[in-house]
Amino acid sequence: MAVLQLDGLIKDYGDVRAIHGVDLTIDNGEFCVFVGPSGCGKSTLLRMIAGLEEISGGELRIDGERVNEQRASERGLAMVFQTYALYPHMTVRQNLAFGLENIRTPKPEIARRVEAAATMLQIGPYLERRPKQLSGGQRQRVAIGRAVVREPRVFLFDEPLSNLDAELRVTMRGEIAGLHRRLGNTMIYVTHDQVEAMTMADKIVVLRDGRIEQAGTPLELYNQPANSFVAGFIGSPRMNFVDVTVREIRADGVMVSDAAGNDYRAAVNADGLKPGDAAELGIRPDHLIVGDAAGHAVTVQSVEQLGGESYLYCETGAGTPLTVHLAGQTGIRRGETTHVVFRPDYTHLFRKSDGLGMKRLVVGEAV
Amino acid sequence: MLRSFLTRTRGRGRLDLTDWLTFGYLALAVVLMFGPVAWMALSSFKTESALQEYPPSLLPLAPIHVEVEGYDEPLQLFRVTGGEHEGKLLAQVRRIGLMSQMVDPQNPGERLQVNINDRVPEREFALAVENYSALFERFNFALYFWNSVFITVIATVITILFNSMAAFALSKYRFRGRTFVFILIIATLMIPPTINLVPIYLVVSELGMVNSPWGVIWPAVATPTGVFLLRQYMLTIPDDLLDAARMDHASEWRVYWRIVLPLSAPALAVLVIFSVMWRWNDFLWPLIVLTRSEQFTLQLALNSFQGDLQTSWSNLLAMTVLTLLPITIVFAFLQKYITTGIAQSGVK
Repeated sequence: MAVLQLDGLIKDYGDVRAIHGVDLTIDNGEFCVFVGPSGCGKSTLLRMIAGLEEISGGELRIDGERVNEQRASERGLAMVFQTYALYPHMTVRQNLAFGLENIRTPKPEIARRVEAAATMLQIGPYLERRPKQLSGGQRQRVAIGRAVVREPRVFLFDEPLSNLDAELRVTMRGEIAGLHRRLGNTMIYVTHDQVEAMTMADKIVVLRDGRIEQAGTPLELYNQPANSFVAGFIGSPRMNFVDVTVREIRADGVMVSDAAGNDYRAAVNADGLKPGDAAELGIRPDHLIVGDAAGHAVTVQSVEQLGGESYLYCETGAGTPLTVHLAGQTGIRRGETTHVVFRPDYTHLFRKSDGLGMKRLVVGEAV
Repeated sequence: MLRSFLTRTRGRGRLDLTDWLTFGYLALAVVLMFGPVAWMALSSFKTESALQEYPPSLLPLAPIHVEVEGYDEPLQLFRVTGGEHEGKLLAQVRRIGLMSQMVDPQNPGERLQVNINDRVPEREFALAVENYSALFERFNFALYFWNSVFITVIATVITILFNSMAAFALSKYRFRGRTFVFILIIATLMIPPTINLVPIYLVVSELGMVNSPWGVIWPAVATPTGVFLLRQYMLTIPDDLLDAARMDHASEWRVYWRIVLPLSAPALAVLVIFSVMWRWNDFLWPLIVLTRSEQFTLQLALNSFQGDLQTSWSNLLAMTVLTLLPITIVFAFLQKYITTGIAQSGVK
C-alpha cells in the first residue's frame, strides 16, 4: 500500500549539509522509528518526507513514484506535531474535519469519519471544545485523530510524546502502538527517546549528524550494534565502555586488557583487529555479575534501590565508571569494594579508531 | 460591576490621597477631552440666533412665546427686572425705540411701557432639531453620508486584504530580499504625505479616477503601518500550524484564509479601526480628487458650509455631530482589541 524509498536524500541549508545522502526503504505497514540525539537531522528527514522541507538532492519515492516535487498537500501523508499544532480558533470537530474539507469530502462522509476517529481515540465528549480547553493528553489524541480521519498512506509522528508527563507518555505510547496494529498503516516516528524506539518500532533507524548509523529491528540494534555510538545510544541504562588494548586473537574470541592490567575475553570475531590495536570493550549493565571473587575489583560510588531492581554505580581500578544492574534488592553499600565479572558472551568490542563493532560469536539471549 | 469599578479606592473604605489625585486627574482628562465634544453636541441643538449670543449658554435654550387673548401671533415672554413693574412676567407686543409695549398675559386689556434694559427674555430648554432635519431637506446629507461610507468600507476591506497578504508573505515565507522589501515598505513612512501628493494626483488623473470614489480609495489601501502591524502579529503564529494545515491538504491560499487570517483577528481589528478613522476623517486627499459636489464626502460637505461671507453654524454643528457618530460606534465596539492587538504585535 505504501512503500517509502529514500534514495541518497540530501538536505543543504546554504553551505551547510544537514542530511548526507540517506538511503532507506520503509516497507508497507512498517513502524519505523528515527532516533538520535538532538540535532542529528531526524526531524529534518521527517519533514523532507512530509514535503515541508525541500529536498536538495537524491530521490524520495512513495510506492515507486518520485514525489520530490510534490507539495506537502499532495503527498497524501499525515503528520502529528510535537506541539500538537491544533488550530486554536476551531473546535475539536472542526480541527478533525479541516483536512477532509480541503479535499472536498462529502459532508456525511466527514461526519462518519470524525465520529469513528473520536470513538477510537475517546475524544467524543470534547468534540465541541476548543483546543485550549483540553489537557495535554487530550490534545495529543486530537492531533492523532486529525491524522487518522484522513486515512493517509503514511503517518508521520514528530516527537509526539515529548510534551507529555512521564505517566501519560507510557499510556500514549501504548495507544499509538495499538493504533498501528489496528490500522496497519506505514508509520514513521521521530523521537530522541530510545525507550520509545525500542518499545514501538518494527525498525529503528539511528541517525547521527545527518547520517544513518544503523537501521534494523530493535533487538538487532541491541544485540549487534554496528558501532560504539549505536551501542551507547540503544539500551538503558547506557552500555559500559572500557578502553582496552588487544592482546591475542583466539578461536573463542579476542583477549584484551585495560590500563590497569585486567584481562577480559570478548566472544567476537577479530575482523581485522591485530594484537596491540586500541579498542573499546562494551558491556551492558545487565551482563555484569557481582560478588564473584574471580572478577575485577570495583569501588561502589552510589547505589540506587528501585525495589524490584537495583543499580550500582562503580568505578574500576583504572577509574572507568561502570554501571551494574541487579535484579531485586541488594545489600551492597556505597563505598564498599566488590568484584564484577564481565560475561564474555555478552561482551562487545569496538575498534577505537572508527568505533566499528566486531561481530559477536553468539548473539541474543539464547546462549 | 460598573459601580464597584467607579467607586474603587486605594484606601480601604475611605479615600486615600492617591484616590483624590487619581480621580482629580481623571476628571480633568474627561473635561479636557470630552468637554469640547459635549459642548459641540449641545450647541448643535441651538438655533442660529442662540449660537450668536454672548455670553453663550451651556444648554440649548429658546425664548418662550405665549398666546395672549386679543393677539393673533404668540408673544415673547420677558421678566421685568427694574422700574415699576419689577418682578412681573410680561409679554411683549412691540418694541418702539428704547421702550417696549408689553401686556400682562393675565390682564391682556392693559398696555404697559417698559424700558428695554429693564427686561430679560424668559427662556426654556428646547432642542432645535430643525438643524438636523434641514440637513436632510435642504442639504443632501444622505448622499454625502453614502459617499463617505462607500469610500470608508471599500477602502478598509481592500486595505485589510492587501496588507494582510503582504504581511503573510513577509512573515511566513523565506525568500531572498525579504528583509529588504520589508524595510522598503517601512521606509515609506519617512516620506511626508505632502511630498507625494502631486505625483499620486498625476497617477490618479492619468488613470481617469479624478472625481470618482476609486480615486480616493486606491491610493490609500497600501499602508506601511498596516503591513508592519500585521507582520509583527503574524510572526507570533507558530509555523507548525501552517505546516499542519499544509499536511491537511490546504493550499497556500487556504492556509492564509482559514488559518492565518482568523488567528490575526486582534491585529486586524486594530487595522480596521485605524483604516476607518483614516478614511472617514480624510480631508486633504478627497478635497484634491473630488471636485464635483455630488461626489463629496462628509468632510468635504462640512467644509462647504463655511462660506467666505457667511457660515451656517447650526447646520455645520449638526452635521459634525452626525459625522462623528459612526466612528464613535466603530471605536466603541472594537476598542477592546486596540490594546491587545498592539501589545501582542509588539512583543516577541
